[in-house]
Amino acid sequence: MSSSTVSVGRTLTLSVNDKTYETTVESRTTLADCLRNQLGLTGTHLGCEHGVCGACTVLIDGRTARGCLMLAAQAEGCAITTVEGLSPTGELQPLQQAFWDCHGLQCGFCTPGILLTLTELMRDDPQADEKAVRLALSGHLCRCTGYQNIVAAALSAVEQLRETS
Amino acid sequence: MKPSPFLLHIPQTLPKALDLLANLENCRVIAGGQSLMPMLNMRLAAPDNLVDLNRIGELGYIRDEGDEITIGAMTRQRDIEYSDLIAQRLPLMKEAILQVGHRQTRNRGTLGGSLCHLDPSAEMPTVMMAMGAKLVVQSVRGSRILAMSEFAEGMMTTALLPDEVLAQIRLRPWAPAHGSCFVEFARRHGDFAVASAAAMFELDRNRRIVRVSLTLGGVAATPWRVVDAEAALVGQSDDTGFTQAADAAQRCDALDDPAFPSWYRQRLAGKLLRRAMDCAYRRAQANQGKT
Repeated sequence: MSSSTVSVGRTLTLSVNDKTYETTVESRTTLADCLRNQLGLTGTHLGCEHGVCGACTVLIDGRTARGCLMLAAQAEGCAITTVEGLSPTGELQPLQQAFWDCHGLQCGFCTPGILLTLTELMRDDPQADEKAVRLALSGHLCRCTGYQNIVAAALSAVEQLRETS
Repeated sequence: MKPSPFLLHIPQTLPKALDLLANLENCRVIAGGQSLMPMLNMRLAAPDNLVDLNRIGELGYIRDEGDEITIGAMTRQRDIEYSDLIAQRLPLMKEAILQVGHRQTRNRGTLGGSLCHLDPSAEMPTVMMAMGAKLVVQSVRGSRILAMSEFAEGMMTTALLPDEVLAQIRLRPWAPAHGSCFVEFARRHGDFAVASAAAMFELDRNRRIVRVSLTLGGVAATPWRVVDAEAALVGQSDDTGFTQAADAAQRCDALDDPAFPSWYRQRLAGKLLRRAMDCAYRRAQANQGKT
């Protein structure tokens, strides 16, 4: 098999939120930048750009990953989910509604990444307790510094999930 | 910041990757990207060529080969975390992997990437040094096997030549009855550790220590085996020698930076090693007779 050189102006086919996008990026373009600038999916936020803050967290084949620590070209062939993909119809999902109800958004900058981390957590561990929630959230920085409401929102969503299932 | 321009190469096989490395100038290999991508974004690294190993499926596996467990260099940290084989045969590695970054970075970060990046405070290099891992590296010229102590040459510097790729990690599990412990100190969970310690003990029927491994991470430029202290503990039948071993750790040559001066790291080294020894020894006693 031959190797492919992704140079300036290379066209990629990306699958984001079950939609197929064709776009042209440079080799060095990160997935997070591509999502925002090329695809117009600005729900993914960029904070630190070195993997610490977690704002750019997206799902790659169902698993959380930092959008700033992946090149767009590496994401070809993967199923990418961004915060836009959580509510395709525009109607808030129970997790999102819980953030609204508990005032878990605060300024909202870190929220998109946190929603995807909690989506992964609730799928893998539907019985997640406060400790598990806080452990998952340790991969995110909230500069409003108010994690209490975020934890409360997550626990409320877990509770609802348990009641409806 | 954004990376400076480079060409990205995405080979599908290891021979193709080795070919690229043999022929390209100013080249870096990218594995999970959880350390190299930040360096690229901050322009601490500015290669002209990047060779991506993520499509090379043959480099991702965890295999039981009897006396040895072999792990492909591209095995994700997540897969190590959830491996029953690792949990049963390499409990030190299991305990340490849970302290590597966060769920969001372990999903993508790889064992080989962590070893090649060789951050002094990283957990996996410390575990490899503690267990005397063997590393298989490959190039178009062939393959060679390095001990972890040879591989880790200095601060973030490995013995890898520019055309070589780390392909496999070979670990020899200790007897089922051994006890091990990995502890670290970080300001927040998931942060880079300031220092870490790994201890392993194997006891005989009379509870005498017959085998011991004591390693410090984040203290010196590379993980450091406290060899003198290890030798002094062999043959002892209780923990009275641990104080002396912790003292030896505290006399180590420690890194110095404005946030964590060397005297601080030295004190941490002594405390953490003591904690790891106490815990590993307790576990070894509890595991007596386990086969």
